[in-house]
Amino acid sequence: MAAIGAPTGAMDLRGDARRRRKETRIRRVFQGAAVFSVIVSVLIVASLLGRALFFLSKVDLSALWIPSRGWYPRRGVFDIPTIVMGTLVVSGIGMLVAAPLGLGAAIYLSEYAKPRVRRILKPILEILAGVPSVVLGFFAITWIIPNVVQTIWPEAGFFNMMGAGIAVGILITPLVASVAEDSLRSVPGALREASYGMGARKRTTTMKIVVPAAVSGIMASLILGLSRAIGETMIVAIAAGASGGSAFKINPLEPGQTMTAAMTALAIGSDQVRGQEGTFESLFFVGLVLFFITLVLNIVSERFVRRVRKKY
Amino acid sequence: MAIAARGPSTADVVRQHLQGRRIDYKGALFQAAILVALLLSLVILFVLISQVVRGGIEVFQERGFDFLRGRLTVVSASIAGVGQGIAGSLLLMAFVVLAAFPAGIGAAVYLQEYAPDTKLNRFVNVNIRNLAGVPSIVYGILGLVIFVQVLGPLTGGKTVMAGGLTLAVLVLPIVILTTMEALRAVPGSIREAGFGVGATRWEVIRSHVLPAAAPGILTGTVLSISRAIGETAPLLLVGATTGLLATGGSGFFESLRGGYTALPVIVYRWTSLPNEDFRALTSAAIIVLLLLTLSTNAIAIILRNRYERKW
Amino acid sequence: MTAQETKPGIRLDTAEHAVERRPAGELVFDVQDLSVYYGEFRAVREISMSIAQNQITALIGPSGCGKTTMLRCFNRMNDLIETARVEGKILYHGVDLYEKSVDPVEVRRRIGMVFQKPNPFPKSIYDNVAFGPKIAGFKGNMDDLVEQSLQKAALWDEVKSRLKESATGLSGGQQQRLCIARCVAVEPDVILMDEPCSALDPIATGKVEDLMQDIKDEYTIVIVTHNMQQAARVSDMTAFFTAEVNEEQDRRTGVLVEYDKTERIFTNPTDERTENYVTGRFG
Repeated sequence: MAAIGAPTGAMDLRGDARRRRKETRIRRVFQGAAVFSVIVSVLIVASLLGRALFFLSKVDLSALWIPSRGWYPRRGVFDIPTIVMGTLVVSGIGMLVAAPLGLGAAIYLSEYAKPRVRRILKPILEILAGVPSVVLGFFAITWIIPNVVQTIWPEAGFFNMMGAGIAVGILITPLVASVAEDSLRSVPGALREASYGMGARKRTTTMKIVVPAAVSGIMASLILGLSRAIGETMIVAIAAGASGGSAFKINPLEPGQTMTAAMTALAIGSDQVRGQEGTFESLFFVGLVLFFITLVLNIVSERFVRRVRKKY
Repeated sequence: MAIAARGPSTADVVRQHLQGRRIDYKGALFQAAILVALLLSLVILFVLISQVVRGGIEVFQERGFDFLRGRLTVVSASIAGVGQGIAGSLLLMAFVVLAAFPAGIGAAVYLQEYAPDTKLNRFVNVNIRNLAGVPSIVYGILGLVIFVQVLGPLTGGKTVMAGGLTLAVLVLPIVILTTMEALRAVPGSIREAGFGVGATRWEVIRSHVLPAAAPGILTGTVLSISRAIGETAPLLLVGATTGLLATGGSGFFESLRGGYTALPVIVYRWTSLPNEDFRALTSAAIIVLLLLTLSTNAIAIILRNRYERKW
Repeated sequence: MTAQETKPGIRLDTAEHAVERRPAGELVFDVQDLSVYYGEFRAVREISMSIAQNQITALIGPSGCGKTTMLRCFNRMNDLIETARVEGKILYHGVDLYEKSVDPVEVRRRIGMVFQKPNPFPKSIYDNVAFGPKIAGFKGNMDDLVEQSLQKAALWDEVKSRLKESATGLSGGQQQRLCIARCVAVEPDVILMDEPCSALDPIATGKVEDLMQDIKDEYTIVIVTHNMQQAARVSDMTAFFTAEVNEEQDRRTGVLVEYDKTERIFTNPTDERTENYVTGRFG
């Protein structure tokens, strides 16, 4: 007992200086790790910005925004609307697939599934989230396009934006389902009981009480899914069918070029691209545009998520 | 009593009122629709796996483990294999584990346990959330500029080291966010108990908070490994296409500064080949890739479910 | 301005009364004009009181009157709340606890705390008790120390056969006594108790109260309680706090109404508000 010693009389409360120094050191180390994450984001912007500006200095700026010229980097034709439209078509189809599937699955798991059923089905859905996108790209050209797209639309080719879009939708379904389910489950049970207590049926309670209460989180799940769809690369690189350049396309049954696929094409073909100055740099410019689009979407979804947190 | 005896009994009237509409058709239809949505996702997973297994199983039947040792080639399907891809993926994972886990867990501990609630720290939090949503190909550009070009003298250019560090940076925000969540789940009363007996903050974290949060942190790190194994796009920018892993007399550390490839990159390259022979090989490579990613994913899910606890 | 004039809540008209407010015996704490703020909001206003060695001092009053805030100042637990700020002084054996050179970690080692809800570490019973001494650099026989501490907390006989089992498997009352054992293991000078029995059933409460009487000779105890009977049963001195409603901010600020011998507070209080509270007419 004496080793610790009972205090008497004049007190020394200064503590152990060595212990305090150690504490400060450890804190610094952790702080450094946190600062590192900020450095990463600065580095992302920095690595994009320099060469993107170089690209902009080399091309005719007004030509970047004329639709219908198409995207042909090797010929020096850079038309932003072409690849933005491609991205919109593919991610739009993806959302048409993922929104009903993901939200339906979320509502079922959160409101209808018995605990035992939920314990089995939810992990399977989460495993689907672990399928790498390159695998879904392969799945798109070997199964989705021949068995689904070409069955419905016989005129579709081997590569098209429809097939890529459906695969993207499958990829983001688990994400949408998981974020939406979290927000549905965070709706307090008392709200459901209040509804049942007034004689409402399950469907009425779900659609009129629970879903509206969780609407912020559901919005967040959709926006997050859209952001992921826009940034998805491998599926479109494999299945959308435009390996190098592409004309301006809206019809999803035709091959098209997205921002991410255009970047991949530039990346893997970089050794051959020896054409116009600035061709390879277009990769950085597209990357910068992509970065900001997803950044805005992420910030918006974050707002929605925070609203949910504040409420409950 | 006397009143009830005259007309139909009270119980009958009440029963009639309580019966209501027998079946809620709309409700049943709604339930069926959302159940279909859920099952459809699961059916797709089933179709995907069966499709891949059907396409690739013959490669294993014919060549067995030889396929797992084979080289990356796009010329001859009979000798092509995923040996280099497996080795490359494992090396990449080593970088993720060694670089992203300490940095990510450290950052999470700082942000969750130490950082005062200032504007700056809130900004850092938001910033990390946004980093988690940055498309992976953008991380490829970061890797190309920073690890291949700026740090080229150290990494040797488009090498396995550059690829590994790129993936480490890519999963860093995921590791930070899941670790923070795990730390947040540890009740404050445990921290108070530690402080109450005169422990410093680090002593409380090391002895009580980290052990209590360990299952959650483990789940997050395993999930991030699963994510990293499947990543393809960023590796295309930092040289995974160059193929051969430099082996031989140069030693292990030199090989880290050599060319490499990874399983998903092999899948991508073979997928793009028009040659029909490679279809089966691609499926076989996907089987290996899925075994790796889905099993790590499953481990994470099992871990989480087992240690999920209510305080 | 004298101290009295700044404290309209305390009617200290006579010199005789002021003398009575000071407990007999050597002082452990001497609180001087203590105010605690959470951000802009003042939670506790200008408290002055002193606490004597080897006595049990109870802080009572309605919810939101700042008792717990006050208690958490004694071992600087409020430091852990970012926005908390303290004005005034708390002299501990003559040293101001909020002096710059004072290390809050050292303060908490000497001034232990038992919390409202039993909060054992999710570890073994043994590790729960041994953690504090270990980090304080205890070099002696740990097994002996653990046994002594558990004996002091009147828990030894119930747990001696399962020291390696998880503490979370104990009943609520046992957990709380374990928390007391954990606290006394670091040989503190003072033990602060924040409504230690509010989560316990009457039997477990009785055991904890008996325990307080047993260890009172060795320690100085300050206890916050909602339960007036408990304060009357266990304490030597009682301080009655109440909340003043601040109209501008629509928030409550705690003030000390009356501080006296427990017997006097419960039988013959000076302030009308104290009387209303202890007789159950208010709060």
